[in-house]
Amino acid sequence: MSIDQSTAAKVAKLARIKVEDDALPALASEFNTILGFIEQLNEVDVDGVEPMTSVTPQRLKRREDVVNDGNQQPKVLANAPDAREGFFAVPKVME
Amino acid sequence: MTDLNKLGLAEARDLLRKGETTSVELTQSCLTAIDAAGALNAFVHKTPEIALERAKAADERLKGGDAPAMCGLPIGIKDLFCTKGVDSQAGSRILEGFKPEYESTVSQNLIDSGSVMLGKLNMDEFAMGSSNETSVYGDVVSPWRRGHDDAALTPGGSSGGSAAAVAADLCLAATGTDTGGSIRQPAAFTGTVGIKPTYGRCSRWGVVAFASSLDQAGPMTKTVRDSAIMLEAMAGHDAKDSTSADLAVPDFEAMLTGDIRGKKIGIPKEYHMDGIPAEIDKLWADGTAMLKDAGAEIVDISLPHTKYALPAYYVIAPAEASSNLARYDGVRYGHRATLSAGDGITEMYEKTRAEGFGPEVQRRVMIGTYVLSAGFYDAYYNRARRVRTLIKKDFEDVFAAGVDAILTPATPSAAFGLGEMTDADPVQMYLNDVFTVTVNLAGLPGISVPAGLDAQGLPLGLQLIGKPWEEGDLLNTAYALETAAGFVAKPGKWW
Repeated sequence: MSIDQSTAAKVAKLARIKVEDDALPALASEFNTILGFIEQLNEVDVDGVEPMTSVTPQRLKRREDVVNDGNQQPKVLANAPDAREGFFAVPKVME
Repeated sequence: MTDLNKLGLAEARDLLRKGETTSVELTQSCLTAIDAAGALNAFVHKTPEIALERAKAADERLKGGDAPAMCGLPIGIKDLFCTKGVDSQAGSRILEGFKPEYESTVSQNLIDSGSVMLGKLNMDEFAMGSSNETSVYGDVVSPWRRGHDDAALTPGGSSGGSAAAVAADLCLAATGTDTGGSIRQPAAFTGTVGIKPTYGRCSRWGVVAFASSLDQAGPMTKTVRDSAIMLEAMAGHDAKDSTSADLAVPDFEAMLTGDIRGKKIGIPKEYHMDGIPAEIDKLWADGTAMLKDAGAEIVDISLPHTKYALPAYYVIAPAEASSNLARYDGVRYGHRATLSAGDGITEMYEKTRAEGFGPEVQRRVMIGTYVLSAGFYDAYYNRARRVRTLIKKDFEDVFAAGVDAILTPATPSAAFGLGEMTDADPVQMYLNDVFTVTVNLAGLPGISVPAGLDAQGLPLGLQLIGKPWEEGDLLNTAYALETAAGFVAKPGKWW
């Protein structure tokens, strides 16, 4: 599997990271180095092996489905780059 | 008393309880050492006011006779831990200015045990790195130098600030975190002790997430005894982390008898790797002989899927990181890029993340995005998770055959020079974790113990791997190894 520049551009877009066009060849090359390393996994016989979901065999705890937190709007907004009137402010989302 | 900062946790605790020193004296000694160690770039956010306030409170408690386990002991906290009202940036530009409104469970446990936070410690950005060269704060410089030159060396990573600070006696101990070796590799590079406990032993709540199925916090200390004391203080069940284990935390220090007679220690043949320096092989053989002399039974074992641990890790960890780091969007906290006229929300995300994440973090987020994307999920991500199942089974099989602990080298080399790996491809840097990453994939406890010096006078470490939840037994084996190795070297002070 080899990654070309257009695939690298697509991955950058999916990851929401702006990559300038002139940086794409180097990025594609790095991806290929790393993926080449990962390709070794194809040597392993994984027939009938379950993908790991939890490294320690434990049953996740449950709790009552009740409100146990909240009423801390100023704290939630305290670190926002732009907060107005009790909301997070962002640029226009829809035309 | 002079040089109080050079004490370990146990020694300082005992002096405090005998009334021979005070927490304020200990804390001031560390603060002075920190101020004189700017050249190491280990402490990146100093908190002397908090430290002295907690030290005074600790002295009161000591006088009143109600002192908890770590009362009055000054420590450093890795920047990955959220600390209330104190900058917590995970070594990243994207969290510039972030001051959490809450305290991580582990750092809260350490406050509750009476310890004194001196400040926040440098680290690789989002804990992604093995040399502490990806930090927004700049490189950490190891206090260690080769005997024959003044070249600046790496303290290892990602907990490089923690390792350098402990080795240079800027604090008595520090917290670290370990996703693929980030406690054990820097401990080995700096002649300090670091333990990654069983996955689930320490709460991950409030620790900035890198790869959630692999991340664990642990102590970085001057001795094995200190690790036992500090791990006990950090660990415990936490309802706020659903993967935190609801198990009692034993008195680890009480388990340090040094008696390992009859223990079965496995030596895995797959860890004999091509290209590993002869010094590392010799260290390993010496360590094996020490455990044998202490009465342990040495057995050769096989962990057949070892070779596939690093490639599996470099699918699973980036995949989880790409998901975890999606939260850095310029909306809720940290950095937001300056936008041009007409930029919408997508441009805001893309510019913010391009400016806020360094190159290694960008690379891993994008690799993770790729292996999770439609069409590749099965070929990469699911295959890696199947291989992970096999890696864990390798360990289960040897433990089922009666092995109590496994001895391996901690790293494939001693510390290298800062900048030496700049031109290497990313995979070369990833190979630093070849002996440690299996332990994260299998969720096991692993500890690095300083065991010797190389020909250039740099520390080398050995790793012991234990059974799940048996950190106490593992620490005791490490204690026996530490005692036999008798490592006492310290870096000569040049900073």
